[in-house]
Amino acid sequence: MAVREGKEQDPRIPRIASSIRVVPDFPKKGIMFQDITTLLLDPKAFKDTVDLFVERYTGRDISVVAGVEARGFIFGPPIALAIGAKFVPLRKPKKLPGEVISENYVLEYGTDCLEMHVGAVQPGERALVVDDLVATGGTLCAAISLLERAGAEVVECACVIELPELKGRERLNGKNLYILMESH
Amino acid sequence: MHLYFFGMLSLSFLHKVPLIRSPLLPQPSSTSRLSPSLLCFHKPSFRLPSIRSMASEGAEDHRLKRIASTIRVIPDFPKPGILFQDITTLLLEPEAFRDTIDMLVERYRDKGISVVAGVEARGFIFGPPIALAIGAKFVPLRKPKKLPGEVISEEYSLEYGTDKMEMHVGAVQAGERALVVDDLIATGGTLAAAMRLLERVGAEVVECACVIELPELKGRDKLDGRPLFVLVKAA
Repeated sequence: MAVREGKEQDPRIPRIASSIRVVPDFPKKGIMFQDITTLLLDPKAFKDTVDLFVERYTGRDISVVAGVEARGFIFGPPIALAIGAKFVPLRKPKKLPGEVISENYVLEYGTDCLEMHVGAVQPGERALVVDDLVATGGTLCAAISLLERAGAEVVECACVIELPELKGRERLNGKNLYILMESH
Repeated sequence: MHLYFFGMLSLSFLHKVPLIRSPLLPQPSSTSRLSPSLLCFHKPSFRLPSIRSMASEGAEDHRLKRIASTIRVIPDFPKPGILFQDITTLLLEPEAFRDTIDMLVERYRDKGISVVAGVEARGFIFGPPIALAIGAKFVPLRKPKKLPGEVISEEYSLEYGTDKMEMHVGAVQAGERALVVDDLIATGGTLAAAMRLLERVGAEVVECACVIELPELKGRDKLDGRPLFVLVKAA
């Protein structure tokens, strides 16, 4: 795991990075899967991860934290609770029980769809999108679209890990991306 | 405006307190900041138990009242006849979400619990904040083929057919004390499978904790005597 170089090298990050397990050939051959479940087994690393995001987003008038199913559900709520924002789950089709808006997005083969409850977000709200990892950026892009269609302003996307070679950063409709570490 | 309120939610402060069906007070929600479409999230006909019938402290009453009042009931989801308890509206109220976590943390801190296991996916919303607050690790219990490493699997029954729940090998050590968390217990099949996974690796399941119970489905009976704690019971 390559820890991001630069002026913002927080001393907590190396421990977080070392707690993430790489599982080769999952979900298919050639993919080096970044497994954050091992981070969650280290209470200090997990707390530090959340703290790093909370420190960045406290006091910025963010009222919505949107988390992408399912690993965004692990990191998003603790951030939302700490900054006093609501948590909005963005889910695969047919999981949310109420009226939804849907956004399709492209996968390597085929398409998928992300949904958000109507009424969860109000126009003018400032929102953060959270997921464990950004790869191609397709999922985050769909998440941003859903929030903007509801009239929210997406302040930033936040992920623990970025796979920079997949250039997801360029697919975020001009929104800024904040990450704790890169993996090459 | 859609009307979603066909069920009644009542509160239990201890799981020994009987289900309360008394007429309730209207919820003084913060409707001033709700748009008309959001008003359907906070249902005027949702009624709350009278404070006098609760044998507990005033502060706890207030927190449970607010938690219960934020849960939305959606009829006929996922299929006709089912009244779905939607916790996403609770998550839209930061104070209610905070109170939900606080009440569970108060119960479980200082109990030597080193593992909080959350059932995919709504258990992922409530489990991690509890784990963080009590200094425990969080272990996700997932549908098949989601966890990338070596797993152990536990099969459980659905109404039609079966499903499987998985946990990473090595996530939990023998002798650890564990809490299982999910948003809701219905038939108890999912929680029972979760308990079995933890016990197979030698952990002790101290308790199962849910925000909501549907007592008529008798899920509690499936837990083999293991304690269940819930904040709210839904008729």
